[in-house]
Amino acid sequence: MPDAGPAPARGLTRPVPLRGLYSRYARRYARLVTMPTTAPAPGSTASAPGLADVTASDSTLRLFLHGLPGVDAVGLEARAAALGTRSIKTTAKAYALDLAISMVDLTTLEGADTPGKVRALGAKAVRPDPADRATPSTAAVCVYPDMVPAAKEAVAGSGVKVASVATAFPAGRASLAVKLADVREAVAAGADEVDMVIDRGAFLAGRYLKVYEEITAVKEACGTDARLKVIFETGELSTYDNIRRASWLGMLAGADFIKTSTGKVAVNATPANTLLMLEAVRDFRAATGVQVGVKPAGGIRTAKDAVKFLVLVNETAGADWLDNHWFRFGASSLLNDLLMQRQKLATGRYSGPDYVTVD
Amino acid sequence: MSERLSVLKTYKLYVGGKFPRSESGRVYEVTTRTSAADAAGKGAWLANAPLASRKDARDAVVAARKAFGGWSGATAYNRGQVLYRVAEMLEGRRAQFAREVAAAEGLPKSRAAEQVDAAIDRWVWYAGWTDKIAQVLGGANPVAGPYFNLSSPEPTGVVAVLAPQESSLLGLVSVVAPVIATGNTAVVVASERSPLPALSLAEVLATSDVPGGVVNLLSGRTAEIAPALAAHQDVNAIDLAGADPALAKELEVAAADNLKRVLRPHPVDDWTATPGLDRMTPFLETKTVWHPTGALGVSGSSY
Amino acid sequence: MAPVFEYAPAPESRAVVDLAPSYGLFIDGEFTESAGGDLVKTVSPATEEVLAEYTRGTAEDVDRAVRAARKAFETWSALPGAERAKYLFRIARVIQERSRELAVLETLDNGKPIRETRDADLPLVAAHFFYYAGWADKLGHAGFGPDPRPLGVAGQVIPWNFPLLMLAWKIAPALAAGNTVVLKPAETTPLSALFFADICRQAGLPRGVVNIVTGDGATGAALVAHPDVDKVAFTGSTAVGKEIARTVAGTAKKLTLELGGKGANIVFDDAPVDQAVEGIVNGIFFNQGQVCCAGSRLLVQESVHDEVLDALKRRLSTLRLGDPLDKNTDIGAINSAEQLARITALADQGEAEGAERWSPSCELPSSGYWFAPTVFTGVTQAHTIARDEIFGPVLSVLTFRTPDEAVAKANNTPYGLSAGIWTEKGSRMLAVAGRLRAGVIWSNTFNKFDPTSPFGGYKESGFGREGGRHGLEAYLDV
Repeated sequence: MPDAGPAPARGLTRPVPLRGLYSRYARRYARLVTMPTTAPAPGSTASAPGLADVTASDSTLRLFLHGLPGVDAVGLEARAAALGTRSIKTTAKAYALDLAISMVDLTTLEGADTPGKVRALGAKAVRPDPADRATPSTAAVCVYPDMVPAAKEAVAGSGVKVASVATAFPAGRASLAVKLADVREAVAAGADEVDMVIDRGAFLAGRYLKVYEEITAVKEACGTDARLKVIFETGELSTYDNIRRASWLGMLAGADFIKTSTGKVAVNATPANTLLMLEAVRDFRAATGVQVGVKPAGGIRTAKDAVKFLVLVNETAGADWLDNHWFRFGASSLLNDLLMQRQKLATGRYSGPDYVTVD
Repeated sequence: MSERLSVLKTYKLYVGGKFPRSESGRVYEVTTRTSAADAAGKGAWLANAPLASRKDARDAVVAARKAFGGWSGATAYNRGQVLYRVAEMLEGRRAQFAREVAAAEGLPKSRAAEQVDAAIDRWVWYAGWTDKIAQVLGGANPVAGPYFNLSSPEPTGVVAVLAPQESSLLGLVSVVAPVIATGNTAVVVASERSPLPALSLAEVLATSDVPGGVVNLLSGRTAEIAPALAAHQDVNAIDLAGADPALAKELEVAAADNLKRVLRPHPVDDWTATPGLDRMTPFLETKTVWHPTGALGVSGSSY
Repeated sequence: MAPVFEYAPAPESRAVVDLAPSYGLFIDGEFTESAGGDLVKTVSPATEEVLAEYTRGTAEDVDRAVRAARKAFETWSALPGAERAKYLFRIARVIQERSRELAVLETLDNGKPIRETRDADLPLVAAHFFYYAGWADKLGHAGFGPDPRPLGVAGQVIPWNFPLLMLAWKIAPALAAGNTVVLKPAETTPLSALFFADICRQAGLPRGVVNIVTGDGATGAALVAHPDVDKVAFTGSTAVGKEIARTVAGTAKKLTLELGGKGANIVFDDAPVDQAVEGIVNGIFFNQGQVCCAGSRLLVQESVHDEVLDALKRRLSTLRLGDPLDKNTDIGAINSAEQLARITALADQGEAEGAERWSPSCELPSSGYWFAPTVFTGVTQAHTIARDEIFGPVLSVLTFRTPDEAVAKANNTPYGLSAGIWTEKGSRMLAVAGRLRAGVIWSNTFNKFDPTSPFGGYKESGFGREGGRHGLEAYLDV
């Protein structure tokens, strides 16, 4: 079996037989590659049990990704819109708001970020609503690598994670060495999570193995402690077929999370691209037994929208993903709207911006 | 020197591109039609035409069904060429048909010739329609959504045609040509009293690149053959042009069993008038196909 | 395991609907009492609660309505098209204004989910009136000659599955073309048509142009057979459609019929699977499958049968069945006890004939008429459930190996209303669409409707088209 790159630790000791929808793709590859018949040793190259061989070469990877079912854009968007008409009221809304708050990766990714700004953000993440201690903390704060120490300090002892963007975020236009240095610095500074960007240029040029190898290298640099979120910048991939392929590519390479976007381009998280990625993680788990998280980022600003995204999760990937270990919102202004809605629900009055903290 | 004894033609049915006798072995006497003879009740003997049976009708439906796939699947351009070829073949036999029509309808030679000329021109007219009717009747529909939506007319299938009783050639051509121009196949019951021009037309069709089975011609008693066709579950439509009101009603009731498209009889004073679409649209179905269009990129969704 | 995201009840308020205890017949611009017809109860299929009583119109009532329509025809047909158009535009606007009320009413009387009446039925009803309103003064451009004339009085009989939408499909083109109408709504769903009468009042429609005669099959038969009716339009079962065709035989009445179907939804191995699954669900579970153009036969390529069925079953287990007024309900009630009995009998027959039956686990309410979404696998062309229209949430799954076989199986039915094709290969889609004998083909989508798009069947699914320019032909003397 050709070497497919460094392997992430997955906690799975034996390959799970391919099942469900994607077994037919495996069948398609049966002629090209040898399916693993024995358990990979710990630390072996099988990143996704049962699908390891599709990453054996550029051509097998290309054949696999191009063999994934197509996406009909209109149907996908119609499904996302239909789920958006769910009416989430009273107890369900209370549950959803708290869940959404707990899923926020509270983010600041500005050139003007300072330790002071990051400290304020960290405090907010730990205690989003100072007036109501029952309000859950957010999942994480998300910052640039050089802000990781300040962020760690701000959330110390709280359980709130520190996520760092890396790999020459947001463009990703740097050498692998520079990207890996970026990652190592963030991890060394204590980042619990690394949000990397893929090389969209390589992806769009069809050099899938390059993208794959970069992700596996970053995964290795993350070590066993930091979880890796792989950002596709879906707005630049431009088509749903590409997003599905990127999702599988990222998961094959060992992503712990697949993430829509950087928040730095015109089109970021949308209901449709998030739905599509939820389908991908659902199908990937069905095929391999490995569960991967999803993080829509950018553009989700209202509690109403966030709740709709949770409906997408609930009715696509299912309840197993309704936990901040498996689903996140990359956002900043969203949190305050969630808090105001939460206050409204608790008090019956509409809240206002003066009753939530401005950071 | 004695006058040469002419060779008479045995008229036959036209089914599946072949010229069989009636499976029943029956014939009936066809006579000339003159006003004087009408008054006397009988004209001069012309031929013993086949007296088609219900089984002949059944065989004709089988042939028409068999031919439907190829004919409806042919390009409209090809169908136009074939119909034009019919006109060419008919043109070459104008004299024969003028004679037959004159005898059949009791017309003076010149009037009969006009009928034949009009019949030839009618084939030309419908030949030109084959690749235009879809453009006139079909088109894109601007639905309120991201879908391409196109309606196109398609032939309904096997059409039973009761040819007009009075106009033995022009009337016949006027009801048969629109049916096949639009891609249907036809089982035609010729004018009961004057079937010979129809049976001769079969010879023209057979030599005009019209695939066998596209037009099937039966002669005999309309009231005997038509009920079998009207009730036939594998016939999609029926043109009642040659049925009297009582028979037409009976046939329309029978046709309801499989919901045939029914073209009711309407009196036609002048078959030479240029037809409209009226004899084509009843035998066309509208098929509407939807397909998503969507956007080129992924920006088309938000809450 | 994360806690389950339970959606709390989100019922639409029924306070917006003000129902009278009983209704008369809307004839000549006012509600009148019947000549001898008794009152019948209409119930909510979801609860069996009596909503109101309506009148069972008699032949005498029908005659009165036809006479009113005949009288109104003289002036209505003589109105300039632009004026008729404005009446129809007014109606469309009033429908939009009252759409919430009408959606709730329709859900109450029919049992279908509010999500559908709100997002599908009512928007389409308004759109249909808007579309045909615009035709009223442009008939000379419709391709039927420079000055096509209306037919006269149209007798229209509509079904219970889309009560108000079918009314719109019938009344909008009829009025635009200059006809007047007598409409008989379905026995189990008369209320929205009676509310439409009030909309006509608000729009100031001249009296007699629209007449609503409620009743049962006998009322409908009287209307169809009335000698002064010039046009008959019927949507409903194929059996009744044939009877109507026999009734009008030998008359000058123009007839259009929108009847049953057994639509094939064909899924090829290169289909966009997730969207195909949505299309399958929408194809057979939209409106509880009580749709003439439902994709009731799933023809799936054998090589992907298991994958597609797994995905389908997973998806079906997320369907929410229950209170139709709840905004999160996907599957509502079956319209009547009678229809439920028919669905039950056919499903039982499917099981008896050896097909494998599956339903997601779902609790059915204790009162009302309910049937769980049901999938039969291992179905062949010989099974009754592959041939007979069930008109319920029951999907029959068959397999095919090649496109030729798919087309042959899809066409192997006396019906010919709808079909679906799922493939990412454009040339195959077009080739298959070209060979399917059905009036509406949805490729990579299903159950889409639009007023500009002609709808209607081949073969025993009826004849004539509703919608679009084509839909005018049924109401013009051409």
